[in-house]
Amino acid sequence: MSEFVQFCFSGLTVGAIYASVALGFTLIYNASGVINFSQGEFVVIGGMTTAVLIASGVPIWLAAPIAIIAAVIAGMTLYKLAIEPARGAPLVTLIIITIGASIFLRGLMQTVFDKQIHRYEGFSGEQSIAIFGAALLPQSIWILGGSLVVFVLLVWFLSRTKAGNAIRATSSDILAAKLAGINTNSTMMLAFALSAATGALAGVLATPVTFTSYDAGVLMALKGFAAMMLGGVGSPAGALIGGILIGLIEAFTAGYISSDYKDAAAFLVIFLVLFFMPGGLFGMVRVERV
Amino acid sequence: MSPVLRAFLIISALLLLAPLLFPSVYYYRIGVLVLINTLSVTGMVVLLGYVGLVSLGHAGFFAIGAYATAVLPAYGIPPILTILVGAIGAALVAAFIGKPILRLKGHYLAIATLGFGMLVWMVLSKEAWLTGGPDGMVVESIDVKAPFELLGIKIKTAIAWYWICAVAVVIGIVLATNLANSPAGRAMRAVHESDVAAASLGIDVARTKLTAFIISAVYASVAGSLLALFNRYVTPDTADFLHSIEIMTMTVLGGASSVYGALIGALILTSLPQMLTVFAEYENMMFGAIMILTMVLMRQGLAPAIAQLFSRGRK
Repeated sequence: MSEFVQFCFSGLTVGAIYASVALGFTLIYNASGVINFSQGEFVVIGGMTTAVLIASGVPIWLAAPIAIIAAVIAGMTLYKLAIEPARGAPLVTLIIITIGASIFLRGLMQTVFDKQIHRYEGFSGEQSIAIFGAALLPQSIWILGGSLVVFVLLVWFLSRTKAGNAIRATSSDILAAKLAGINTNSTMMLAFALSAATGALAGVLATPVTFTSYDAGVLMALKGFAAMMLGGVGSPAGALIGGILIGLIEAFTAGYISSDYKDAAAFLVIFLVLFFMPGGLFGMVRVERV
Repeated sequence: MSPVLRAFLIISALLLLAPLLFPSVYYYRIGVLVLINTLSVTGMVVLLGYVGLVSLGHAGFFAIGAYATAVLPAYGIPPILTILVGAIGAALVAAFIGKPILRLKGHYLAIATLGFGMLVWMVLSKEAWLTGGPDGMVVESIDVKAPFELLGIKIKTAIAWYWICAVAVVIGIVLATNLANSPAGRAMRAVHESDVAAASLGIDVARTKLTAFIISAVYASVAGSLLALFNRYVTPDTADFLHSIEIMTMTVLGGASSVYGALIGALILTSLPQMLTVFAEYENMMFGAIMILTMVLMRQGLAPAIAQLFSRGRK
């Protein structure tokens, strides 16, 4: 029993992180139809910057916002320099560009910071709380709470604000959105900025539990993508639930099957979803417009 | 002149003349690495250039070839044959994973192949009883000088490797060019333009994509086997994500639309890190920047740009 609860806790914790990554994917996908392969790097920028600042004596309440701002700048620069100039390019071109951005950011972090593994102390200390004989880290509560808040804010933003509606309009038909007077360029820039912030926040919250290093982004992106696919591409609720499910699947794989292959769980999920329900839990199968 | 004959003549001439520029045996070693990369990249040209699909896991197929050559001799299969066994293995794996993934659009293929590459890397690092784990394993060496000695030629090992790989590359490029000008290749280009339009012309889209995916996997696997035999050592890094990215960047920089691009991309990105330490130090940033810049400024890559330069010069 206590073992089972323990796996649930660790699954929910990492699942909440994957959910945030998936939400970041969803935001950019909804606005521009691009899957941003450098989404994982935003998470690492958040974690690494915070870790390095804290190590040099900056308090967490100051380090975290700086890290998030750094990621937002990276996201906006990515849009301005690489995505916008390639507008209207085939999908393959955009995929290659965001992969290039991912590798570039990875190299940049390796150069600016280092190749070490980083972490810092949890926000509310390291003393775990015992529940049903299992240990829950206070940082896990921060991570779960943070992801939920981000999710609620995003849904509210997309459905209730003018800028959010502009993002949805742009995704549904870019030409119509332009005709309706929406500045689609700044709308997409906004989506990239928000997505980067979401990813970086996940990194700031997660690093005390998951640790981070310059090359951690790829695996993060792979799992976030699996989460988004499982939930249904484009759906924020799907991203949240998909993330939690991937986290749980991974934790139980590590616990009951083999911790060596826990990272393979996300990959298997991608395969099973492709085979059996290409639309995911909350998504629809898209029809190609010719 | 048919495109196949032209490719044969141009590539053969280039590879025959290149050693005139090599000041020492060390350059033959770099030459071998360029040629092995050219082989993987030619496979990627088939996938990305002909059909327009992205794979981020080609290092996985490369590693299948490399480890087939490293592991199988212990089970009584002669090293030369392991190249073939590896290629068949890679083709089967590609067929198995390609079938579900290729039904869907570019993103899914990219991410699923990324996962595939990582899975291969994971297996190679964790199953130490078979693969030697993260430290890798020694590969039984083969006597590459033997065929040359039969002809009465005495050369150094690295030079022998250069000529063997040159032959492999010429064969690989001729086959790929031949494919481009065959009905299967035309079907691939039709699919590249539009899935729907190709299907309406009676082309089996899924089958065409799968064929290209399998062919590109075989190229990568053969390249992997050659590298294993040449280095006489393999590590799980052959399956690393960054290696997939290297193959991808070479393809994109050279230009995915032609086999000449494969040679150009492999040449530049293999030799630069060897010659410039700055490049090696900032390798990740360089590869990333090259991918972005090529896609934004010169989407067709270098090969068409160079070809244009020549045709302008002729006028």
